[in-house]
Amino acid sequence: MSAYLSAILFFPILGALLLAGIPGANRTAIRQATLAISTIHFLIALPLWWLYDPTGAEYQFVERVDWIPSLGVQYYLGVDGVSVLLTLLTALLTPLAVLGSWRYIDRHVKEFHILLLVLTTGMLGVFFALDLFVFYVFWELMLVPMYFIIGVWGGEQRIYAAVKFFLYTFIGGLLMLVGILALYFQHERATGTFTTSLPDLLGASVPGELQLALFLAFAIAFAIKVPMFPFHTWLPDAHVQAPTAGSVILAGVLLKMGTFGFYRFAMPLFPEAARDALPWIAGLAVVGIIYGAMVALVQPNVKKLVAYSSVSHLGFVMLGLFALNATGVQGSVIQMINHGLSTGALFFICGMLYERRHTYDIEDFGGLSAVMPVFAVLFMIVTLSSIGLPGLNGFVGEFLILVGMFQTHPWMTGVATAGVILAAYYMLRMFQRVMFGPVDREANKGLTDLSGREIAILLPLVALIVWIGVYPAPFLARTEPSVERFVERVAGEGFEAPPDLVEIAPARGAESERENETRDGEETETP
Amino acid sequence: MEHLIWLVPAFPLGGVLINGLFGRRLGKGAVGFIGPGVVGAAFVVSLVLFLDLVGRAPEARQLTQTLYSWIAAGDFQANIGFLVDPLSATLMLVVTGVGFLIHVYSVGYMHDEDSAGFARYFTYLNLFTFAMLLLVMADNFLLLFVGWEGVGLCSYLLIGFWFKDRDNATAGKKAFIVNRVGDFGFLLGIFLIFGSFGSVAFADVFPTAASVLAPGGDLAFWICLFLFVGAVGKSAQIPLYVWLPDAMAGPTPVSALIHAATMVTAGVYMVARSHALYDLAPDVLAIVAGIGAATALYAATIGLVQTDIKKVLAYSTISQLGYMFLGVGVAAYAAGIFHLVTHAFFKALLFLGAGSVIHALHGEQDLRRMGGLKPIMPVTYWTMLAATLAIAGIPPLAGFFSKDEILWRAWDAGHPVLWALGFVTAGLTALYMFRLFFLTFHGPFRGTAEQRQHAHESPASMTVPLAVLGVLSVIGGWIGIPPAIGEFLGGVPNAIEAWLAPVFLSAHGEAGHAAEAHAVPPAEYALMAASVAVATLGILAARHLWLARPEVPQRIAARFQVPYTILRNKYWVDELYDALVVRPYNALSRFAWRIVDEGLIDGLLVGGTAKVVQMQSRAMSGWESGSIPTYVMVFFGGAIVILAYYLFG
Amino acid sequence: MSEIGVGHYITLSAVLFTIGAIGVLTRKNAIIVFMSIEIMLNAANLAFVTFATAIGDLGGMVMVLIVIAVAAAEAAVGLAIIVAMFRHRETVNIEAFSTMRG
Repeated sequence: MSAYLSAILFFPILGALLLAGIPGANRTAIRQATLAISTIHFLIALPLWWLYDPTGAEYQFVERVDWIPSLGVQYYLGVDGVSVLLTLLTALLTPLAVLGSWRYIDRHVKEFHILLLVLTTGMLGVFFALDLFVFYVFWELMLVPMYFIIGVWGGEQRIYAAVKFFLYTFIGGLLMLVGILALYFQHERATGTFTTSLPDLLGASVPGELQLALFLAFAIAFAIKVPMFPFHTWLPDAHVQAPTAGSVILAGVLLKMGTFGFYRFAMPLFPEAARDALPWIAGLAVVGIIYGAMVALVQPNVKKLVAYSSVSHLGFVMLGLFALNATGVQGSVIQMINHGLSTGALFFICGMLYERRHTYDIEDFGGLSAVMPVFAVLFMIVTLSSIGLPGLNGFVGEFLILVGMFQTHPWMTGVATAGVILAAYYMLRMFQRVMFGPVDREANKGLTDLSGREIAILLPLVALIVWIGVYPAPFLARTEPSVERFVERVAGEGFEAPPDLVEIAPARGAESERENETRDGEETETP
Repeated sequence: MEHLIWLVPAFPLGGVLINGLFGRRLGKGAVGFIGPGVVGAAFVVSLVLFLDLVGRAPEARQLTQTLYSWIAAGDFQANIGFLVDPLSATLMLVVTGVGFLIHVYSVGYMHDEDSAGFARYFTYLNLFTFAMLLLVMADNFLLLFVGWEGVGLCSYLLIGFWFKDRDNATAGKKAFIVNRVGDFGFLLGIFLIFGSFGSVAFADVFPTAASVLAPGGDLAFWICLFLFVGAVGKSAQIPLYVWLPDAMAGPTPVSALIHAATMVTAGVYMVARSHALYDLAPDVLAIVAGIGAATALYAATIGLVQTDIKKVLAYSTISQLGYMFLGVGVAAYAAGIFHLVTHAFFKALLFLGAGSVIHALHGEQDLRRMGGLKPIMPVTYWTMLAATLAIAGIPPLAGFFSKDEILWRAWDAGHPVLWALGFVTAGLTALYMFRLFFLTFHGPFRGTAEQRQHAHESPASMTVPLAVLGVLSVIGGWIGIPPAIGEFLGGVPNAIEAWLAPVFLSAHGEAGHAAEAHAVPPAEYALMAASVAVATLGILAARHLWLARPEVPQRIAARFQVPYTILRNKYWVDELYDALVVRPYNALSRFAWRIVDEGLIDGLLVGGTAKVVQMQSRAMSGWESGSIPTYVMVFFGGAIVILAYYLFG
Repeated sequence: MSEIGVGHYITLSAVLFTIGAIGVLTRKNAIIVFMSIEIMLNAANLAFVTFATAIGDLGGMVMVLIVIAVAAAEAAVGLAIIVAMFRHRETVNIEAFSTMRG
């Protein structure tokens, strides 16, 4: 049994301890040290890409040690293809976030970076945990540093935003805790052993009504995190108030923990309930897509606009998960990564605008393309990725989600597809108001183009955006077996497409066969 | 030859990378060489492939190359793969050939840009060529869609090329969003195709279409209708044409390449490419033909009163695209493609000629301030004359053959009403095009003296492409001489129809016989004569109205105030959309934000919960007096109660 | 005169406890209140020791040691707080401190 995952998991914490030894006054040293630590961390995590065997559906790099034997709690880690991608995304975004805070954070620099590293461990733990108890610990652990990051280094209403963020997630977390405990005792009643290990719990099925209740407890906790309409209102506040690095991590990774929770826990643990709730959750996802796009359109604040666009994009991710076929779920997983890259980059861009003009108001910009040409190119690519232009990453995810969902719910998909138009509308409108037109504000005339540091932040993200758009095969291949196992587990046998599918899009060839039959039948009858 | 296919899109892509990454440092000379050069190279490769196809038996004229598997997830699978058959080879030649000429022209037209702008321009233009080639060479619907959106992106970037002017950027955004409305339909069409066929590859879909989809069935209807919605957006047909006139904000060569010769015809190509599906959906074909004919006439009426030279050409493009849809809508796919090709020649020429005029007059686009340019710009004049005659449908120029073929096929297919619409449009086309022509080149010069002073013929990099396109506008139609005329010329075949026949040979083999010689009904001659007559009438009327008696149009305008105002304001469609779609959507969005999000969810539900908790805690906090003796007293009291409970309870 | 038995010790413990409780309840001086609490703790200690001896279980003795240790810590912290309070307000009257009012 290797300790590879533990090494990835706890390296940031060790780094944070190291950081604690550096005097707080030496800010540059702290920044450089954090950058070094997080870069090394990324390099430690990177081999996961190659070491992970993409053909296996089982959890890999499993570590399993008794932790609290009397309760049946184990320190139990393992990754599947989805966790691998999310881990790498997390490990990549952390050093970029450090770079992005280089100038933005100028108070309590040491504390900030320590919290950032602790946060990284918390997030990775969520992706690694195969034991519900361990999962819950990390789920709550990441809450604390994020709370302080928003609350200490945030904007004017940071306290309000931080408390709102904390309460929302915490209430969800408590619901989930109740769910975990109920599941724990239910499992003991059914099998006589106390355990919180996910594979063991997956082995025993939960009776119908209890299943629905438990699913809801988990689902609400995760839905808040995603966030799904109507649990989303903490997000705009948290994003607008958080410092750049906070927004990036929040959008890039934290939101994924919600969808990941659905993927790894809520849906596989309670498949029947998930199927029962499908129309409702998918319906909310569609509402979120359209609603997020609409509200984003009228935002006067760039960051808030991007925040609402996240609501819309995460709606797509949820929709894909609930397509319950490999196409849709694969799209959903890719879209999790895409959203991390694109929206992460968009928040970095917001931060770059803010560092120059100390405002997020779209009104205050205009014509920046003329003064910041390099910035304009990168911003444009990221915007197009967010819109879902083919050839960039967003399209691959959105298309797979929609084509997957269309096979089961054509009407819902039809409505969701309209989100494609709306996305173009709000993003291009924003881009145009910020970047095009005359430079009519004095303050904008002397803006400097991106520095080397800022280009270094955006370039890896843009490279990945193009890579996934042009050649997504390596990403899709790594998640395929895991996704197929998920689909098998959740969709199960006897899962039939709802009747409206048959009316609109019959299974291939089915209609023609049916037609032929009837026609044949008629022919034989007529004479 | 298969292994060469990838080179065709690769050359422009290379141009994008070089010009985009290093263009600024390379300087205008190098960029001006690389930009057109890569497209020229793509043209040469296309030509090689074309000749290779020609050398094969008609059934074997198909080359494919699959580069790699692009998206494979679950059941879904789409490749980056190319298909070169007579249809795509024709389009490839048009895209790279006309594209090359326009790239060359651009070198002269854009020479005032600084080196950064120059590099940016050619990056976009190369990117456009790349995307357009993807579109026509794709061997599956998804890759076609990539090209489809890619050309839309380039259109957006190039319309807003001079982004410092807010109107240009707005026009670009409008084009992109209106196109997205169409793409929404296209996507749904792709979903339905995948749902029905389990594949999006042409090779899987078209051969099995007749067995999977019931002819005239609902599924065929919806698939074709959704695809057509995409075509309506991209090819600027009613009701989604509104973006194209605004798109004229871009540099004129862009209007020529993207908004006349190539991109806007993508819808026609797509319908023709999917003919195997459309053959199964006669109702949709009827809709296609109807919308095409209606758009043709509608746009022509607006073109009649526009005063911006490029706007006239824009409406003319919409109108001509209507013809193409009329053609494919009556299942005369080859005729539609034929018109696409000839239109690419003469409309590109018209735009480039207009660009030459605008260039000479330093940005003047208003017809009312032109005139008398004939002696100053002879090359522009004569080439424009050829193009204008061609679009008016005067034999033996290109437009005559293709337009007449469409009209005849519409009549022949039993659609006299559609024919009549096309016929009237033909007259109007001659009228408004010669209006443009006379107002530009004849009569007195109406601009400022300074403009008169500086007016000049354009440099060779601009006039040579004009001349080449001029020749093509004259002879381009000879590739599609109908049997009705061909038999007088010693049996000249209808080359393009025969060339495209293998592609349009549908599963039930109906379209196949179109290429064969058949007896020419007398009606065809009558219609042909009528078209030529109406076109001539249009030209004479234009000559009378805008050359001989220039005061008459004003009198007519004054006399028929109401229709004139309607036309001048383009039927108020933009305003209508603004009032019916844009404003309500924006208002609804504001409602969603202010009332639903901030008021209901955040204010009432979340804020309300917080309020209730706050009120409760305020009520409870009265207990906390802060007086330590009171606390102690309560504490002891409690202890005693508990004790008493255990002792006596 | 009978021998001193469990009853006597417990009575003494109860008396001490009551004195302490009354002291806590009625006195305003923080030092006195503090001393009264100590009396109550010692009353409890006495009860522990008594019963431990009577039952012969060392647990009670151990508990007393813990209580003494806690009381010592409490004395240290409590007196420190009282000193701080005095420095702040120049009084140790507990009724003067009601800033924790909700």
